[in-house]
Amino acid sequence: MNRSTIDLWVGIFVTIGVGAIVFLALKVGNLTSLNAQPSYRLEARFDNIGGLKLRAPVKAAGVVVGRVAGVTLDPKTYEAVVALNVDNGFEFSKDTIASILTSGLLGEVYIGLEAGGDPQMLASNARIAKTQSAVVLEKLISQFMFDKASSGATK
Amino acid sequence: MQTIWAAVLPSALANGLRRIGNGSLHAIARVGFATRFFVAVLRQTPAAFRRLQLTLREVYFAGVLSLVVIMVSGLFVGMVLGLQGYDTLNRYGAGDSLGIFVGLSLVRELGPVVSGLLFASRAGSAITAEIGLMKTTEQLSAMEMMAVDPLARIIAPRFWGGVISMPLLAALFSVMGVFGAYLVGVRLIGVDNGTFWGNMQAGIDFWPDVTNGIIKSFVFGIAVSLIAVFEGFDAKPTAEGVSSATTRTVVGGSLAILALDFVLTVFMFRGVG
Amino acid sequence: MPQFAGATMPGTPNAVAMAGVTYGYDRARAVLTGIDMVIPRGKVVAIMGGSGCGKTTLLRLIGGQIRAQAGRVDVDGQDVSALDRDGLYALRRKIGMLFQFGALFTDLTVFENVAFPIREHTDLPDALIHDLVVMKLHAVGLRGAASLRPAELSGGMARRVALARAVALDPMLVLYDEPFAGLDPISLGVVGQLIRQLNDALGSTSVVVTHDVYESLKIVDYMYFVSGGRIVAQGTPAEVRVSTDPFVRQFVDGEPDGPVPFHYPARSYADDLGSRAA
Repeated sequence: MNRSTIDLWVGIFVTIGVGAIVFLALKVGNLTSLNAQPSYRLEARFDNIGGLKLRAPVKAAGVVVGRVAGVTLDPKTYEAVVALNVDNGFEFSKDTIASILTSGLLGEVYIGLEAGGDPQMLASNARIAKTQSAVVLEKLISQFMFDKASSGATK
Repeated sequence: MQTIWAAVLPSALANGLRRIGNGSLHAIARVGFATRFFVAVLRQTPAAFRRLQLTLREVYFAGVLSLVVIMVSGLFVGMVLGLQGYDTLNRYGAGDSLGIFVGLSLVRELGPVVSGLLFASRAGSAITAEIGLMKTTEQLSAMEMMAVDPLARIIAPRFWGGVISMPLLAALFSVMGVFGAYLVGVRLIGVDNGTFWGNMQAGIDFWPDVTNGIIKSFVFGIAVSLIAVFEGFDAKPTAEGVSSATTRTVVGGSLAILALDFVLTVFMFRGVG
Repeated sequence: MPQFAGATMPGTPNAVAMAGVTYGYDRARAVLTGIDMVIPRGKVVAIMGGSGCGKTTLLRLIGGQIRAQAGRVDVDGQDVSALDRDGLYALRRKIGMLFQFGALFTDLTVFENVAFPIREHTDLPDALIHDLVVMKLHAVGLRGAASLRPAELSGGMARRVALARAVALDPMLVLYDEPFAGLDPISLGVVGQLIRQLNDALGSTSVVVTHDVYESLKIVDYMYFVSGGRIVAQGTPAEVRVSTDPFVRQFVDGEPDGPVPFHYPARSYADDLGSRAA
């Protein structure tokens, strides 16, 4: 086994190894969609965020436009304060509604943005005024049963 | 009867305790020796890379010669993951998540761990046997008497050859695994191609998942390579000595990988999900 | 032949001097006790004794691989135990060693094996290294085998290649560990002649550890006999041939019983026969 053959094979090995790592990063992971865009910060407050997690997508019309950057609790108002990173290319009107939605029945939780008609746009670090909290299944069921019970009583 | 027990039991117990004590001291001394050895090998790192040809040669023997077993195993593991994964996911109507299931399993765990175990048995044992044999035939002594440090010329290049090869092999294993799952899931079973890749991409992040997998395989590479060169260097210079050193490399390396995997997983993936 | 392995210390008539050297691998048993030995420059000296008597330990003491527990080992005028790592490596560059069965590097060719010490310790250009290796191989008669691998060599050839490697840097002291072990009669003669000729041509000193009496008597200038960790006899080949010392006589004539007993220590024969336990 002479030197040049060894060098050739080692070169091939390292190339395909690094190529595999790149493939994993781009095709299997989502490197490209993650780091490229600079973004600006928006804030939204919810009564209940449900199963919303860090780095959950922020979508408008189903298209990913950003990521959830941070979730904390306001100790005075007991509201969940969610920080969103929205890509620089997208601007939303001041009367945008931020809702916590679930993709599919058991899918992941994300924030959906519905833009309104206000000509003025949200600036960086602005707060989204209108929000819709997550639908908590237990409350839904108890609401349904309460309605059922009250409609049965009035019959 | 009473007197026989009184005479026999304490001495048997005493002997047993004595053996445990000796064995523990011996084991601790060995750990100390191994640590000093590790530091000495690391100090030879500049020498190993100055003679780059030596280290490249070891990357060939450890890495390139493991390519076939790693990639074929990766393919089969991926195919099995595809089959079993789909079967289970489909029960909950989550068959579309096959891509993300396979991807996460491979990138986070199976890639580094299984390729590490294969590496320990194939390349690790070869390194140990080679160094042990050189010790038995006095080649290491001859080198020392020629004022050439065997740590710099023989041990350190093999150590770094293993460390460089491991992450690359783990990545190749994961890629072949994903490909195998794709073959089974998309081609054979009929999961939608776009859904397979799309869900996978959406669910796997470069930062925690792929990089942690790479860090794991790097750590495994250090552990296995160190155990392999140490056992070879410390082997008794007889046929049985080399054989038992090789066994210790495979067993010790495998256990080290599994133990480190647990520790690393706890640190890395505790807060996610 | 040019000497470039480093100048020797002026004014020391002995290449190696040992005084009162004691060594044991563990506290209980001493392998060597009270060894006084002198190896004058330019001579070929044999250290003879049965297997396991400590001959190889003496070589390792000279090479600094182990350290004596008592006594002093001087090589080329320097106390070996006082040398630090760099000093030890500097000393070893002046010493060539032939290991039992050769200890050739199995992944290198014959040429590369002989070139190894030259490449490691000098910055000579490849052309010069090539010529030096060819000269050394020619001296041992294996110039044509330069491209073979150790696995393809016979025992005698491997021994000769190891010899060429040991003298590659023209050392001032050459140590031989059982150079005659396991060789056929022709190879025995060849190796013996090479040891003598290379020693005289290089002007170096040779220490040959062996138990081959016949070859040693032919080529050495002086002999030491070691038994039970002590020097029991010494002399020139002429003196040894006519010696009346019982150990020397038993060794040289190959008698099965004498100062070195035939029977391993055991209880009496009568007691052992007919008893069940060993």
